[in-house]
Amino acid sequence: MPGADKETDLSERIESFLSELKRCGSGAGSLRGSAETARETTALLRRITAQARWSNAGDLMEIIRKEGRRMTAAQPSVTTVGNMVRRVLKIIREEYARSRGSTEEADQQESLHKLLTSGGSSEDNFRQHFAHLKANVIEAINELLTELEGTTDNISMQALEHIHSNEVIMTIGRSRTVEAFLKDAARKRKFHVMVAECAPFCQGHEMATSLSKEDIETTVIPDAAIFAVMSRVNKVIIGTQTVLANGGLRAVNGTHTLALAAKHHSTPLIVCAPMFKLSPQVSDTPKLSTKNFENTTTNRFGNLILSKVNAHCPVFDYVPPELITLFISNIGGNAPSYIYRLMSELYHPEDHEL
Amino acid sequence: KKQHKKNKKDDRGPPEKEKEKEKASVPAPSKPATQSPAHKGTAFAILHSLVFVSFLYFLLVVKRLPEHIQVDDPAALKKLAKKLERQQVPLRSDYGYKVSLFSHLHQYSRKNPPTQQISIPATVIHPSIVRLGLQYSQGIIAGSNARSVALLHAFKQVIRDYSTPPNEELSRDLVNKLSPYISFLSQCRPLSASMGNAIKYIKKEISNIPSQCKEEEAKRRLQECIDSYINEKIILASEAISKYAIEKISDGDVILVYGCSSLVNHILCEAFEKQRKFRVIVVDSRPRLEGKEALRRLVKKGIRCTYVLISALSYILPEVSKVFLGAHALLANGYVMSRVGTSQIALVAKAFNVPVLVCCETYKFCERVQTDSFVSNELDDPDDLIVTRNGKTHLENWQTVKSLGLLNLVYDVTPPDFVDLVITDLGMIPCTSVPVVLRVKNVDQ
Repeated sequence: MPGADKETDLSERIESFLSELKRCGSGAGSLRGSAETARETTALLRRITAQARWSNAGDLMEIIRKEGRRMTAAQPSVTTVGNMVRRVLKIIREEYARSRGSTEEADQQESLHKLLTSGGSSEDNFRQHFAHLKANVIEAINELLTELEGTTDNISMQALEHIHSNEVIMTIGRSRTVEAFLKDAARKRKFHVMVAECAPFCQGHEMATSLSKEDIETTVIPDAAIFAVMSRVNKVIIGTQTVLANGGLRAVNGTHTLALAAKHHSTPLIVCAPMFKLSPQVSDTPKLSTKNFENTTTNRFGNLILSKVNAHCPVFDYVPPELITLFISNIGGNAPSYIYRLMSELYHPEDHEL
Repeated sequence: KKQHKKNKKDDRGPPEKEKEKEKASVPAPSKPATQSPAHKGTAFAILHSLVFVSFLYFLLVVKRLPEHIQVDDPAALKKLAKKLERQQVPLRSDYGYKVSLFSHLHQYSRKNPPTQQISIPATVIHPSIVRLGLQYSQGIIAGSNARSVALLHAFKQVIRDYSTPPNEELSRDLVNKLSPYISFLSQCRPLSASMGNAIKYIKKEISNIPSQCKEEEAKRRLQECIDSYINEKIILASEAISKYAIEKISDGDVILVYGCSSLVNHILCEAFEKQRKFRVIVVDSRPRLEGKEALRRLVKKGIRCTYVLISALSYILPEVSKVFLGAHALLANGYVMSRVGTSQIALVAKAFNVPVLVCCETYKFCERVQTDSFVSNELDDPDDLIVTRNGKTHLENWQTVKSLGLLNLVYDVTPPDFVDLVITDLGMIPCTSVPVVLRVKNVDQ
């Protein structure tokens, strides 16, 4: 039966996506950029919308929420998956509201009066059936996909507004967004880039070779020299894994030190992050994820010593919003204090917990 | 006056003589201009004696700019080459693409040791000095105290094998013999501040040998001086510092240390023997990874240790109660010169309100001043940064890529506002009291 085939096909795709996610966390699978992950998640959600059986918006949201929970459980550190799920949920709510004819502005939840008086009235709102809802939702998801494809280009287009000639720019580790940003600026301006290598995985090396191929003057420095050379740096431009709702960052480890050094020398810290990295999480305990690095750096120790020593290798750092000067995203530049507002436009507060 | 100064400048090439001439022309302002030809002879004689006197005076006061930070000056390089040729010491050539900010510093490769151009057996340079130079350049002896002690032992050997040539005075000839050795060692690796102070001390002791002293007696006396220097300034000093530092370690402390400082390791081992309960976090950094050596020593003693890389500093600092750092030198303006990364640790510790204590013997105090890590530093072999991860070595052919440079700094300076306390053998002082200690030491000597 065609319906059952579609369903099995769908669940197969979901399973393969989940296993991809699980593998990419352990480093064994292909390390894909977060843009790719976001696109694949959105494509998968579009397929679910098209092929799963649902009769009203509430059902669809339940299905998507369930799948979203599974996906985020597979790899909690990859937050773009959860962000895309929340975006799609918000799209569904919007399309539903539009089909019902009610204006979206009336449903804004910031009003304190609304918070006190509305209560549970939104619960049964999604049970009505609309014929064109499916088509509308799929079209909106397609728009989201086009937006995702253009994020890196949109960010790189702003490069010339922020980089002048003969500057010394510092960056850390490897970020595809920052790479595209700097390469775009290098087409018209001459500047010098210092890349902190970000031990122990040393992704900065890859970044440096890629930048120097575009004839950008690049220097690789060890992490220990970040503060030593910071006095000659004009700007610090970094990428991040996640932007938190308070304007802070969860970025690769070593970024907090870099941010503190930049603050000490009053060097502006610019974060290039597309909108799909914005996540509704707020507080971030620093002990979020650690990776086992026994085999990369401690292989010159004898076993006698290894057994008595604790070694730590955190993957991410939390950077508080006070240390950040500017966020550059595909919708333009923003101060960290404005991030909460952007977030409320992207996600519905009820979706913050999937 | 200005015209006169300019004329003098054109005559003399090297920069230091320039300075002396400038100052020397001031005390003799208008004499040459207004002298009549008959008196020119005496005028010149007076001028020359004045010049000579001021030359001597300024040798003591105006310090010559050290050669190792003038690599971008071709005149200075030529002068160095001539001097080394005269002393029959090989000149070491720079290696690799230098980052433009550091073009005034040398950058050598470990694969080209300076001993390649010396004939074996070396005729001019004592073999123990050759061995020492090789150990420095390959990084076998590293660390301020270790280098100074090795240097002093090598000098003891030199003195033992020395014999005064006829018609020469030991006090003058021995100092002249030591100069090519020192040039050779600084070609192998630029001298550290502690080594500089040790050499100054030895030269002073040698020149203070009275001329009627017999050779055997003189040699014995010099060896005793060296032994007492090592004993007082290094060994006893570390005992005194440990005593002070142990007062600052309380039970239940979590102490953070960076890299491998012999003094800090000694303090921690002593504190552990005195039954203090604490645990240690060793922070390490690429490419030297000296923390592994510190970890080995501490674990052997039985101290509980944790090991992280410097990028994990913000992750681990909330657990830390104190930071102990070693120093390579303490500068006269209160800045602490130490292994690269120390200033970063002090910065982040300050941000988390963790006290930073620097431990440093007084013989490492130095009269230089410096405000950033660029002007006077050391560049290590850039190939050390190359590493293989996941089977790929990205930087393997970095030399072929025109716009790619690798920077391997050795030292950095920490501003005094990040340091809470300096523990020395004279007591616990704030960072800004370094010039006071220097003055007291100078008065003593």
